[in-house]
Amino acid sequence: MGRSATTKDAHALFHSLRSAYAATPNHLKIIDLYILFAVATAVIQVAYMAIVGSFPFNSFLSGVLSCVGTAVLAVSLRIQVNKDNKEFKDLPPERAFADFVLCNLVLHLVIINFLG
Amino acid sequence: MARDFGFLILAVLVLAATCESAVVSPVSESHRSAALELFSPADGSYGSLEETYEALKTFKVLGIEKKHDIRTSSCASVADALKSTSSALKDFVDALRVNSILKCELNSEAVRGIQSKLKDSLNGANSLIDFYYSIGGLVLLKEQISEVDVHLGDADRIFRSIKALGQSDGRWRLSSNNPESSNNAAGIALEALAGVISLATPQIDNSLITTLKNDILKLFDGIERYDDGTCYFDEKLVGARGHQSPLSSSASVVRGIAAIAAATTETLNLPGEKILGLAKFFLGVGVPGSAHDLYHQIDALSCLENIRESTPLILSLPATVISVTKKDQLKVRASTVLGSPAPTLSVRLMQIFVSGSKDASVIDQKLKFDAASGMHVLETLPKNIDVGSYIFSFEVIFHNPEHKKTYVSGGRTRVLVHITGVIKTDNAEIVILDGDRGSVETQKKLKLPGDNAVALSANHLQKLRLSFDLSTPFGNVFKPHQAFLKLRHESGVDHIFLVGNSGKKFEIILDFLGLVEKFFYLSGRYDIQLTVGDADMENSFLQPLGFVELDLPDAPEKATRPPPQAVDPYSRYGPKAEISHIFRAPEKRPAKELSLAFLGLVLVPFFGFLAGLAQLGPNLKNFPKSTVPSTFAILFHLGIAAVLALYALFWLKLDLFTTLKALGLLGMFLMFVGHKTLSHLASTSSKLKSV
Repeated sequence: MGRSATTKDAHALFHSLRSAYAATPNHLKIIDLYILFAVATAVIQVAYMAIVGSFPFNSFLSGVLSCVGTAVLAVSLRIQVNKDNKEFKDLPPERAFADFVLCNLVLHLVIINFLG
Repeated sequence: MARDFGFLILAVLVLAATCESAVVSPVSESHRSAALELFSPADGSYGSLEETYEALKTFKVLGIEKKHDIRTSSCASVADALKSTSSALKDFVDALRVNSILKCELNSEAVRGIQSKLKDSLNGANSLIDFYYSIGGLVLLKEQISEVDVHLGDADRIFRSIKALGQSDGRWRLSSNNPESSNNAAGIALEALAGVISLATPQIDNSLITTLKNDILKLFDGIERYDDGTCYFDEKLVGARGHQSPLSSSASVVRGIAAIAAATTETLNLPGEKILGLAKFFLGVGVPGSAHDLYHQIDALSCLENIRESTPLILSLPATVISVTKKDQLKVRASTVLGSPAPTLSVRLMQIFVSGSKDASVIDQKLKFDAASGMHVLETLPKNIDVGSYIFSFEVIFHNPEHKKTYVSGGRTRVLVHITGVIKTDNAEIVILDGDRGSVETQKKLKLPGDNAVALSANHLQKLRLSFDLSTPFGNVFKPHQAFLKLRHESGVDHIFLVGNSGKKFEIILDFLGLVEKFFYLSGRYDIQLTVGDADMENSFLQPLGFVELDLPDAPEKATRPPPQAVDPYSRYGPKAEISHIFRAPEKRPAKELSLAFLGLVLVPFFGFLAGLAQLGPNLKNFPKSTVPSTFAILFHLGIAAVLALYALFWLKLDLFTTLKALGLLGMFLMFVGHKTLSHLASTSSKLKSV
């Protein structure tokens, strides 16, 4: 009884989240997908390292950190672009996107240098 | 009289014991062959007139007939230099110098032109070099062409202007602006002043010449000297004409002084021993390696040879090692610096000092003059001279007392002479003695020097005695520099002992009881080697005598180990032992298939991203339609792609600096383009919003 209630609640929660999520604008969904992609790549790299060992360590670090870094930048882009966010009302989304592109380029320069 | 003389000798003894002895030899065939080699013309000429003059002067002094026919080309250069209007003063003077030796035919018109140029420059001269060249040129003209009138009317003024550049220490400055004075400049000034004296009509005031004599004496006060009496002039500062070596500075001063001595009839009272010291300096150079140095040396020596009042005389010994066994005789040659025979004189051996000690004996033996070879020969060695090193002190006595005033021989000449001979060794024997009683156990006679192979055996309670006698060919005691006995163990450890002597008998006793610890308790076969040697011993020897089988007690616990033996010295240059490097074990790398599998796996999220993107359905509606903004937009995307391509290149082969440079350029482009695009987008979206 309790179990089915919790599962039912979980289902209900899941459904409500799903429907709420469908309401988000498309461009935010694209950004979310990008973040997912980056994190998935990072996880796979960590799994690989767990199997074969961490040599060369700098390559592993640069690979993982590039994924994580780009995910973080994407998150900050999402925050700034989201119209519901009162804090960044006056910031034009193009400006945020320009920042995202620039920061990514710098991040990737550092990553490529560290990759070895 | 004899007692005073003896006292004087005693005073000289103390001095002589500390003085070095130097042997110089006069100019010889080696100088002549060096001159021919160094002054060989390239393509029939020597290059500049200055070099031509140096070569010709050197050949002339050394008496070398000119093997190379350079007369035609040199005379042509001389004529060219004299005719040319753009030649400097130095070129005229060099040309006239060459002509003074070659005696070419000169164009009289050119000569007149030269004469007026020289006189003009003399009147307008204010630096030492100008005076030197103008006066030098006029003197040379006067020597070569008698009909030319080159007399100086205002000689006094010129003399004083040159003297004004002189300093109180006897040196000269090159010009009134230049505060540095040098010996080289002094030599040049003296030559110029000598020229003024010879050209002056009427004669120069005598008082000026007296001040000049004082200047010369002051110049000599600044001379440098070595312990053995060699003197030279050196420059303290590097002057305007670059670094002058002592050779060229001394040669310059000698030329100046010789010119003054030739120009005036007064006596200059030059310090004789310093003139002799200068002669020794020039001869002590040996045979110089460069043509320039050879010229300076030979020119200075010819000036010294012809100097009026103090011509130096050199005592030289062709051989300073005399063998008593071969019955050599000591020969001494007295000559001038250029090798010409000296006036009639006799050489006396006055004293002999034993090298390295204060012993000396007064000899006063006259050397016999052998007219055929021109040498003074010491026919018999003095009585108490045996094998060893000695310093012989010679003195020159002139037959004609007048010569004493015009020649300088420097009082006593000290020469280091080695008397060598064959040293006789007799009564050599090696004996093993019983320790307590001293009785002889084994006795073997030795033949020294010669082949010996004794085989002895001893234990630690016994002693080994080696003895031999050494005597000189005259039967006297001889103490060599080296008398060593070496015992070498079969493992390589060796021990060296000095052999002492009492009189003629040399003896060493090795008491093995006391030496056990020194020998590191090593028993076994010891090879015996005897060395007797000396610089004056003609038959020094280093010989193996045989071996001794030593039986020593066993080493206790705390005994010192014998030192490790040196590696064979020749193996130092052979290949070394192979070094096996220990590398860090390489990291375990995963299997190739696994890595490739994961490569594929990593690309999976990317495809997942693309799939999700397709599902979401993004559009390019907001992409600018009109030309200019669309170009910018395209360029923006291309720019980003370019930057990513640059990063790929960076990883593949570029280095950081090139990348940063390219990135800077691309970044600026991207900024510009991106700004344009995004601002356009922003303006369109704000327009939409407002609408």
